[in-house]
Amino acid sequence: MKRFYGTDLPNPLMLGTAQYPSPAILEQAFRASGAAVATVSLRREGAGGAGDTFWKLIEDLGVLVLPNTAGCHTVKEAVTTAHMAREVFGTRWIKLELIGHTDSLQPDVFQLVEAARILTGDGFQVFPYTTEDLIVAERLLTAGCEVLMPWGAPIGSGRGLNNPYALRAMRAEFPDVPLVVDAGIGLPSHAAQAMELGFDAVLLNTAVARAGDPVLMARAMMDAVEAGRLAYGADPIDARDMAEASTPVIGKAFLA
Amino acid sequence: MMPVFSVIGAGVAGLSVASELAARGADVQVFDPAGPPGPHHCSWWAGGMLAPWCEYENAEEPVLRLGQQAIVWWQQRTTVQQRGTLVVAGRRDLPDLRRFARRTEGFREVGSDLAELEPDLPGVAQGLFFEGEAHLDPRRALSDLYTSLQGQGVRFVQDKAPAALDNVIDCRGLAARDALPDLRGVRGEMLVIRCPEVTLTRPVRLLHPRIPLYIVPRGGGVYMLGATMIESEDRRRITARSMLELLSAAYALNPAFGEAEVLETGVDLRPAFPDNLPRIRRLGGRIYANGLYRHGYLLAPALARGVADLALHNTHSEFIDEDRD
Repeated sequence: MKRFYGTDLPNPLMLGTAQYPSPAILEQAFRASGAAVATVSLRREGAGGAGDTFWKLIEDLGVLVLPNTAGCHTVKEAVTTAHMAREVFGTRWIKLELIGHTDSLQPDVFQLVEAARILTGDGFQVFPYTTEDLIVAERLLTAGCEVLMPWGAPIGSGRGLNNPYALRAMRAEFPDVPLVVDAGIGLPSHAAQAMELGFDAVLLNTAVARAGDPVLMARAMMDAVEAGRLAYGADPIDARDMAEASTPVIGKAFLA
Repeated sequence: MMPVFSVIGAGVAGLSVASELAARGADVQVFDPAGPPGPHHCSWWAGGMLAPWCEYENAEEPVLRLGQQAIVWWQQRTTVQQRGTLVVAGRRDLPDLRRFARRTEGFREVGSDLAELEPDLPGVAQGLFFEGEAHLDPRRALSDLYTSLQGQGVRFVQDKAPAALDNVIDCRGLAARDALPDLRGVRGEMLVIRCPEVTLTRPVRLLHPRIPLYIVPRGGGVYMLGATMIESEDRRRITARSMLELLSAAYALNPAFGEAEVLETGVDLRPAFPDNLPRIRRLGGRIYANGLYRHGYLLAPALARGVADLALHNTHSEFIDEDRD
């Protein structure tokens, strides 16, 4: 598995920490799935730097914490939030999210590149939430990012991979860059599909947190990313139009 | 001789416990340095919905089962409006309505007949009607409890409880985290508006992927709009974003809410344990009753019964998680 800014992840599942029915269920979902990374939204929960008890709970999970800039609409907001996050969690990792459109929560890639450049200069290790656009990806790498996180579909939509073709192209274009599908995952099959495309990890939140049984769904997601990862490594067969019998029929003994 | 029970805290937990103990003939005094029920109590800012079926969508099973006892308990003590709850969603959020329906029970689907229930919801085409649910005015409920307790001979002391007391029942909410380290605060923000142009007769919940909003009629054209749920212990006043989101959700239900007069904004921290269920804990000679989270009025009766069972008969209810004495 590729390393994320020099860190090895024990497995390819990153889970968000918002929207769970309770912190107790959040904790069980992490324990049951063994997810490697927890993303934390600082903007809302951090208003005034007073989310202490909740953050303590996240830290007690004992997983890697990836703070994010969810809900930021400008470079300035995102940079400020990133600095707050570094102080609170003592990590240089930051998932950079810059929202450009209120309804689709689509990233504003122009501001994203700008903020990534500033934050890299400030010593951050940036995980940019981006689209599948290859030119933007290239610019993010030039700005200092060493990980790319294209969306599968809009945040919380649960639609799966809207554009597998473009994600496959991204994998081919950047064979050595750790790639994470972030957002849009609704089902384990979506997560498995991302891994089958050769992605290095999957980041999701709503699909687990809002499932009827988040703990069960977290386990299902972990099984799915593992299955997809193994399948990618196993070099799957190509699809064919016609049947190809696995046992040759010619010369078979005739048993009347 | 029956001992004197000292309840600390005159919010919904403390008053409910006092009321349940007094109803069973116990001698009760209530300590609260902040005085009678008021804005210093978290329950002052509540919605006052007695909505066990709706709440079960995102809560554990005891909320559904024990919450159903709340309506009768409150009817014996204050004015309860039993007109059900209407759950609605905007056209593009109908998947959320289907999901809500799948995870709850005790409702019927309403469509073209929705206007018969609530004619002032022009923007809404479909909903779920939870007929068995009810609501109350939290401030009136607290003040009714307070008055009737006084009538029953319960003494109210506007002071801290002396350290040497026996038979203490600690209902201080988040202030009790000095003794309950697993208690956390969950920030909630709300608005009170006056909009006589709009007539709603029952709580309406608007499902939305990001902002679950409810509007509770308080009578006289006054509505409570709530409430955010933020994992933060910041007590500063409502943020512009939260106010914007709450008001735009109300506006989506009926644009006439745009003309409403904003009477009040409120912020407080709900005391909650990690599973968001209340607890009764016997510890260091005290009984602690806490963690009502967003279910103050819904679960206070069950909590109060559990405390009374423990204090008077030493019987254990399901909310008891530790008994170290």
